Amino acid sequence: MTDMTNKNQGRPTADPANARELIAFRMGAQEFCVDIMSVREIRGWTKATPLPHSPPFVRGVVNLRGTVLPIVDLAARLGFAGAEPTARHVIIVAQIGTQTIGLLVDAVSDILTLAEDLIQATPEVASEMAKTFVRGVLAVDQRMISMIALDHVLPADERDAA
Amino acid sequence: MAAIKQTFFQECEEQLCELETGLLAIDDGDTDSETVNAVFRAVHSIKGGAGAFSLEELVQFAHVFESALDHLRAGRLAPSGEVLKTMLRAADMLADLVRAARSDSSVDTASREELANELRAFDPHEPSKGSGQGIQASEDDDPDIAGFEPVPICLDDLGTELHSIQNRFLIHFTPKPGLYAKANETALLMRELSKLGEIQIICDYSHLPLLDELDPEHSYLSWTVELTTVHDETAVRNVFEFVEWDCELDIQELDPEAAPDDEAITALIREMQATVEADLAARSDPQVASVPASAAEPPATAGNPAMSQRGKQEMATAAQATIRVDLDRVDRLINLVGELVINQAVLTQRVFEAGVARASGVATGIDELEQLTREIQDSVMAIRAQPVKSVFQRMPRLVREVAALTGKKVRLVTEGENTEVDKTVIEHLTDPLTHMIRNAIDHGLESPQGRVAAGKPEEGLVRLSALHRSGRIVIEVSDDGAGIDRTTVKAIAAAKGLISPEAALSEEEVDNLIFLPGFSTTSTVSDISGRGVGMDVVRRSIQSLGGRISIRSKPSQGSTFTLSLPLTLAVLDGMVVTVADETLIVPLSAIVETLRPKADKVHGFGGNAMVIAIRDQFVPLIDVGRELGYRAKDTDPCASVVLLVESEGHARNALLVDAILGQRQVVIKSLEANYRHVAGIAAATILGDGRVALILDTDAVVAHWREVATDFEEPLAAAG
Amino acid sequence: MSKTILTVDDSRTMRDMLKFSLLNAGYHVHQAEDGVHGLEVLRNVTPDVIITDINMPRLDGFGFIEQVRGDGFYRAVPILVLTTESDAMKKDRARRAGATGWIVKPFDPVKLVEAIRRVAA
Repeated sequence: MTDMTNKNQGRPTADPANARELIAFRMGAQEFCVDIMSVREIRGWTKATPLPHSPPFVRGVVNLRGTVLPIVDLAARLGFAGAEPTARHVIIVAQIGTQTIGLLVDAVSDILTLAEDLIQATPEVASEMAKTFVRGVLAVDQRMISMIALDHVLPADERDAA
Repeated sequence: MAAIKQTFFQECEEQLCELETGLLAIDDGDTDSETVNAVFRAVHSIKGGAGAFSLEELVQFAHVFESALDHLRAGRLAPSGEVLKTMLRAADMLADLVRAARSDSSVDTASREELANELRAFDPHEPSKGSGQGIQASEDDDPDIAGFEPVPICLDDLGTELHSIQNRFLIHFTPKPGLYAKANETALLMRELSKLGEIQIICDYSHLPLLDELDPEHSYLSWTVELTTVHDETAVRNVFEFVEWDCELDIQELDPEAAPDDEAITALIREMQATVEADLAARSDPQVASVPASAAEPPATAGNPAMSQRGKQEMATAAQATIRVDLDRVDRLINLVGELVINQAVLTQRVFEAGVARASGVATGIDELEQLTREIQDSVMAIRAQPVKSVFQRMPRLVREVAALTGKKVRLVTEGENTEVDKTVIEHLTDPLTHMIRNAIDHGLESPQGRVAAGKPEEGLVRLSALHRSGRIVIEVSDDGAGIDRTTVKAIAAAKGLISPEAALSEEEVDNLIFLPGFSTTSTVSDISGRGVGMDVVRRSIQSLGGRISIRSKPSQGSTFTLSLPLTLAVLDGMVVTVADETLIVPLSAIVETLRPKADKVHGFGGNAMVIAIRDQFVPLIDVGRELGYRAKDTDPCASVVLLVESEGHARNALLVDAILGQRQVVIKSLEANYRHVAGIAAATILGDGRVALILDTDAVVAHWREVATDFEEPLAAAG
Repeated sequence: MSKTILTVDDSRTMRDMLKFSLLNAGYHVHQAEDGVHGLEVLRNVTPDVIITDINMPRLDGFGFIEQVRGDGFYRAVPILVLTTESDAMKKDRARRAGATGWIVKPFDPVKLVEAIRRVAA
């Protein structure tokens, strides 16, 4: 488990009522974050068992204490190239609806507690990718952190005909 | 109370089941009096409970049914086929009423009343009532219902002093020995009387003999009580309700105003009062007038709590041949045991890898651990194993209904109802079985006239059986009807574009066409077999359980559906293989044999296909690595291992894998839970090294391969 | 000092209802599923009152009462029968078998307690 330091970067901590707690992480050169409510745990990377006929961003499945956990390469999912995962990468175990999945990212950078109103609208230059996944951006310490919603991370269910 | 109501409905289901089973047995010739008693009790029980919850419709019907059954058990009504038919229909109606009560809906009154009238007609004493009688379903209809009333309400205890009129009664009460033999107590009766008003009691013990002549079981005493009360005589008699027959009881109403010459009596009464009250006090401990045994009974208060404690424990152990367990707990236990199995495998592997196994103690220990784990697993699985009976017993009613709807005569024979299957599988059996049985009756069996014309008995036979075979459960549904009309089936399949019109198919292949999606022999969707819910849906649901379904048919003789399912959805016996550096599990039940192909047996075929000659058959070779997308190029068959697998319809195919690592029992982990269905993959498992391995769905792999290879169908069939 | 009641009835629903009403009235309750079971329970429990159904498998109410009345230790325990009928014949038979009194089903919890008090000290 990664050690997590809570640095609020000198931002005034918002009153709990409309504060969001977020986990920030890095993929490539960019930074993203997700609502901590969806995050179950953070794990080191282990080699996944590949799944046949799956989209390239689904790396395979790993064993999470007896449960089969699919690993989604989040960078690839978001549309930009991810590097080959190594032991230095990190898996964020997240709950989406009734399913638990693992998000492959480079590293976790922060835990932030911010007021809701500090979340800015997504910039208009956004790509398709952004429109699907990004719910807003944060400016923290001259870093731009894109907030991601996980709902569509898994591929839509298209069952083959029997 | 809501919880008890739930219990009641659960119990009703059990009683309904007993009822049906019993009636069927009687219909079959069972003459044991206990059977008919059990049937009576079942309806009686339902009636009793229904009354407690004021489920009027249910109570009334149950009452009529119970009366009819009473005639049956008393021998006043003969259990003829006609009678039993009506009883069975009544049982169905009762079941409908129970379910309607449970879901707060209602059942058609007319049909209910009609059936009730048929039941009433069984009463040997009363001529059958005309249909006119049946319309009112209210209390005045059946005289017996009027007797079904609670004990008359006694307003005494409400303490209403509405009328200030005081009544005076003179009560003479002489108990007979029988009163005490029934554990009634005069003292208690007097106490109850005293609640009604003011009493003065005189006890006459003039007949009491000397002690050495005293028979403790005899009765020598009598009492005279003067009671002043606001209540009426009925209330007074009520107190003596239980003992009426065991005493001499005389109640006279006295003038409210005591007549002057009663004063003497009144004085006498008061005089004796003191003596009597002392006497009464002595009697409060049930000593003198009661049977000796009771003296020993209550005063042992110190002893009692200890005894009730022990009593409870002993009762608890004695009563437990079975216990009820929360299903959640069992499921949790099974999951944990599954984890234990994995853990044990991981441990074993690590121990061997660490080379520690050389130490003899360790190896033995590991072996024992594996033994124990397996035993625990088997035991735990057995907890959830249930006989298929629970599914099978819904079928008789289904058969009755479908037979009635289609105007056919059907007899259902079941076998192997005690064959056990894991609960997870049982739940999924009902729908497929229902479809198949409906199908058998609707499409399989001919009409009674048709059967007679064909030289068959009017009554068609549907057989439902279950048995264990090579680690699976095999369920068969067969009928002795006309069998599959292959010409029609082929024509329809061709017309729907499911096969090419010139395709040369074996008889078996034609039969299995009915499993293709979009296939349905009736142009109008038969309401019975369900809105176009065809056999393809049935097959898919069976397959999703890891099962197989196939059909055999002989024209004019009948058809047999065979369902094969794993015994449990939780664990699988598998062969561990490698394909393109990935480890896969192939269910052992699918594998017929394994072999190493020799170059001279392998032949190219058509464009890219390959076949292998196995004995005198040519079997298609399927490269699993390519099928799953692990590899882009074909692998060399001669450097691989062939797993000969058999899918539904008994078709055989040869799967090519790189190597066989061994056989294992694996715990099945769902892929769908956190991801979704993956083509060609049934599920996943966790191996000894902690990694996830996929479990191959051989049927799906074969099916997909065949789809792609359709243009080879004809020549392949010709070659095979 | 509350009294102990033994209820004997093959219907789970009825047992639950009796237990519910009796516990509410402050009695201790033991239960049995039929006559044979009732006799077994009696080996370890000494109730102040027995309440029994009539229609039961293995040993019915009549048989059960006769056995109890024939037992040296228990012959004086008050026994109330549960009956769905105020049918005079059934009541009479129960009485002749030795029942102390009866309660008609569906029972009113108040009546139940009254009947108990009428027969138990």
